Amino acid sequence: MFTREEKDGVRILKLAHPSQPMNVLDEAFMDEFENELKDLETNQGQLKGVIITSTKPEFIAGADLKMIAKHKEFESAKKFVLRLHDMFRRFELLKMPSVAAINGVALGGGYEVCLACHYRVALNTPKLQIGLPEVGLGLLPGAGGTQRLPRIIGFVKALPLLMQGKKLRGETILKEGLVHEMADSTEEMMQKAMRYIQENPESQQPWDNKKFRIPNGDVHTPKGYQHFASASAMLEDKGRRCYPAPRAILRCVYEGLQMPFDKALEFEAKQFAKLSTGKESKMMIRSLFFGINQCNKGVSRSKDVEKKEIKEIAMLGAGMMGAGIAYVSAKAGIEVQLKDVTKEAAERGKSYSQKLLEKAVKRGFSTEKKAKALLDKIHATDNPASVANADIVVEAVFEDRGLKKRVTEESEAAMKDGAIFASNTSTLPITGLAEPSKRPENFIGLHFFSPVDKMPLVEIIKGEKTRPEAIARCLDYVRQIKKTPIVVNDGRGFYTSRCFMTFVEEGIFALHDGVHPGVIENAGRAAGMPVGPLCVADEISLDLMHHITKQTIDDLGESAISKELWQTAKLFVKELNRNGKKAGKGFYEYPEEGKKFLWPELTKRFPAKEEASSFEEMQERILMRQSIEAIRCIEDGVVTNPVDADVGSILGWGFPAYTGGAISYVEYVGMKKFLERTETFAKNFGKRFAPPELLQKKVKEGKGFYDK
Amino acid sequence: MAKDVFIYDAVRTPRGRGKKTGALNPARPVELTKTVLDAVRERNQLDTKDVEDIILGCVTPVGEQGADIAKLSALYAGYDDSVAGVQINRFCASGLEAINQGACSIAAGYTDLIISGGIESMSRVPMGMDGGAWMIDPQVSDRIAFVPQGISADLMATLDGVTREDADTFAIESQKKAAQAWEEKRFKNSIIPVQDEFGETLLDHDEHMRPDTTLEGMAKLSPSFTEMGQKYGFDAFTARKYPHLESLNHIHHAGNSSGIVDGAAAVLLGNKKIGDRYGWKARGRVKAMAVTSTEPILMLAGPGPASKKALDKAGIRASDIDLWEINEAFAAVVLRAIRELDIDPAKVNVNGGAIALGHPLGATGAMLLGTVLDELERQQKNLGLVTLCIGGGMGIATVVERV
Repeated sequence: MFTREEKDGVRILKLAHPSQPMNVLDEAFMDEFENELKDLETNQGQLKGVIITSTKPEFIAGADLKMIAKHKEFESAKKFVLRLHDMFRRFELLKMPSVAAINGVALGGGYEVCLACHYRVALNTPKLQIGLPEVGLGLLPGAGGTQRLPRIIGFVKALPLLMQGKKLRGETILKEGLVHEMADSTEEMMQKAMRYIQENPESQQPWDNKKFRIPNGDVHTPKGYQHFASASAMLEDKGRRCYPAPRAILRCVYEGLQMPFDKALEFEAKQFAKLSTGKESKMMIRSLFFGINQCNKGVSRSKDVEKKEIKEIAMLGAGMMGAGIAYVSAKAGIEVQLKDVTKEAAERGKSYSQKLLEKAVKRGFSTEKKAKALLDKIHATDNPASVANADIVVEAVFEDRGLKKRVTEESEAAMKDGAIFASNTSTLPITGLAEPSKRPENFIGLHFFSPVDKMPLVEIIKGEKTRPEAIARCLDYVRQIKKTPIVVNDGRGFYTSRCFMTFVEEGIFALHDGVHPGVIENAGRAAGMPVGPLCVADEISLDLMHHITKQTIDDLGESAISKELWQTAKLFVKELNRNGKKAGKGFYEYPEEGKKFLWPELTKRFPAKEEASSFEEMQERILMRQSIEAIRCIEDGVVTNPVDADVGSILGWGFPAYTGGAISYVEYVGMKKFLERTETFAKNFGKRFAPPELLQKKVKEGKGFYDK
Repeated sequence: MAKDVFIYDAVRTPRGRGKKTGALNPARPVELTKTVLDAVRERNQLDTKDVEDIILGCVTPVGEQGADIAKLSALYAGYDDSVAGVQINRFCASGLEAINQGACSIAAGYTDLIISGGIESMSRVPMGMDGGAWMIDPQVSDRIAFVPQGISADLMATLDGVTREDADTFAIESQKKAAQAWEEKRFKNSIIPVQDEFGETLLDHDEHMRPDTTLEGMAKLSPSFTEMGQKYGFDAFTARKYPHLESLNHIHHAGNSSGIVDGAAAVLLGNKKIGDRYGWKARGRVKAMAVTSTEPILMLAGPGPASKKALDKAGIRASDIDLWEINEAFAAVVLRAIRELDIDPAKVNVNGGAIALGHPLGATGAMLLGTVLDELERQQKNLGLVTLCIGGGMGIATVVERV
């Protein structure tokens, strides 16, 4: 684990984890660190100082989440962290200067090792990243991070880093005070580390000095009062209250800074144990860490298909979606033929990338040179034959079967052998769209989300005849553009659109039930959805909803659609001429100046009823509807595993992460309680809440959806 | 009440703008309290040995206002060593609370003579300097959904449908009434000018007033709590209790909210025995009092329920009250109280209120008591009611009767 070297009386510990692909803070690390610590304690009379660095590309990538998940009881979790605290405390109290020579990524527990050193020097490379991202998984930096960082840089700077889990790069690391010095080479880094030791033989941690004051102001100052009051308020809006970690972090800083260091560490340990054994972190770690990793690895990818880099794609349709897909593809180094009906339309699509790049250059995220190289990869064209060299042709034309048919035929005539034809439809079943195709085995759905450059998910849809090769090719492509894929089977709305629509639908049902529209919208946000269901309906646009609903009725008959939904769509589109946000009026009014507001007439058209759902019940309805639909998707075989369902729900349509996703939410509520609620809701609100058989079966067996 | 509690005197300093540029800024808080304590002693030929306690309200009792400013003021003003002093805090009602507590002690027969009052030098000890778990402790503020009062005021306006124009119109009325009161010297019996140690006058009139304010001028002021509510997220707390509101209508601004000012007040309270001994003529009698509390996010809805409670205790109805002093913390607060109590606006704050004159937090309640007494005397009326909204949702009311 550690290689010991000695130079001019300074002990240099070089870390290389023998049994993990990257350096991580796990139990093996802890045991070895303790051994090194004991040796340092024995030799503190002789040694002049100690430097910790790593011989792997990263310093330490973070703590091992499996180790954290192992501790299921509060006491055991607390004991585990207290052991870390004890080691780090003993390390920083050694009677010798200690330096972290941060040669690469130092995140979470990895950076907390650095914080337990008296001095930090970092190697300035583009790969360098430093931060405490624990909050993103529902945890807090539990190895002293919430106590040491604010005692080093002050709470004003530390709080955003701790509460938002920002990872810093480049000069910002130095500017924010996360390290004392930067170095341009490993030699320089080690020299600077050595120099600190030579020049500071009496070095100690600032908080171990009797005269220590919190830098940049105490908690009990006007600045402190203002800061803590507003930091607290920030955690209220947009469902943030559902996430316990940021508040626990704020408490650690507020309460911890008012305690002596050792008591503060104990406070942090207890708060950590509460979070790490709580359900939110369990769900977030399972879906956001292990789940996304699993999707990214492409578990369902056929091993028989050789991995091949995608060199060129053709993008048909240069609208919002097409332009976005072109951008993310070019960004990944892929040549893009961006085709539209006219060259001008194609150029307009390309200019979308230009705008994004200009912004990126202005903010320092890119350079003129890189931006130009990227733009040069996008070739605007109106020539149908431009698809000739594409490995994948992605179609993002209007959702119209006839048009899609024409585009399919036109492209296939020019496409090379083995190339994939992918439709970016969000609703039309793939098998049907594949009918005009001469090579349906290579026909597939690639459902991107808008805005493409920001949304991390791509839903890959298998048609009836889609072959594993095509799926593998698309999985590779999605990874190449650094997005997360889920693979689903064909069906109306596939997985994401189908479940997401229930969210919108439940908002409309609630309107009919006499729930105040404000309550509906606030309940959506309070439950953790990015916006309320009526706002979403307006954004999708009510005429599109009308169109989709009508199409479904034409295909499957009136019984396939809920009466309330169809009535409302007709009312708003045909009668009221309120088509949604684009039209400037829908469920909301969109004044030219100022914020949108709910159409005041709504409460007259849908009068409030006393017995209508409360704010709390409304939140439940909204999340439960989506979960039930996700379970049905598993039942129907649209989704084949809970991981895809959970990851797809969080990354695809913003189902709140604290629940672990649409399937995990059932466990979050409690399997049995969830079942009981579905029964009650089915009775009160209708059969859309009726418990799916799969749910009943699982509860009977006493199993969760993740259990085999 | 067991024994009658009489009000023998009531004085106050003028209110100086609560900024560094305000005329009272050079006066330390003890200087302001000394001004009113000196006046009470001199005007009533008071042998301070007879004062059994000094109760002073103060909302930000830290720094220069810390360490029991009531006792320190007694010593600084040269009161007898035997005079005790206690500083109390019931937020914005502290000054009236001081009177009510003093009255309780006298009514119960424990004491004969008390000076109650309040102090707040908002220019020297700004609001919020005392922190408080309510506001700054992340766990506490979450559990009880702390919002600044301006957010509550805008919430109230939103719920009640009070528009910016309603509030501005009310504010202009306050300015006009205050201007008229000064013009007619209606405060002259109570105002004690503040001088420095060399006898030079720092301030002899209420400095915050803007009698020439117009509706058009006021329309130019930006709302004060939009940023706090939207950018810092305080508006979001209101959804916990008022989930149907999609957003708050931020209508309150510096012109239709109470002014931040410096000032102090003192009221001489005693039983009949002590009055007789000195030969004082009682000006008023404390007839009833009440405190209560309401929903804390809305926070400012206390005056209605507190007034009703006090009226019940006095055995009278709202229509029996001749003059009302409803503290003008924010325009929406007074408008709601008027509606809720179903009272004639012409009887409310007839000499203007805190929107024009300012609200020196710890002192206001005591000042309002003096104002209502002066006006009852001027109009030869009998019953007055003083009420204030208070942090945390509380409300306070005191009914006084001219004698």
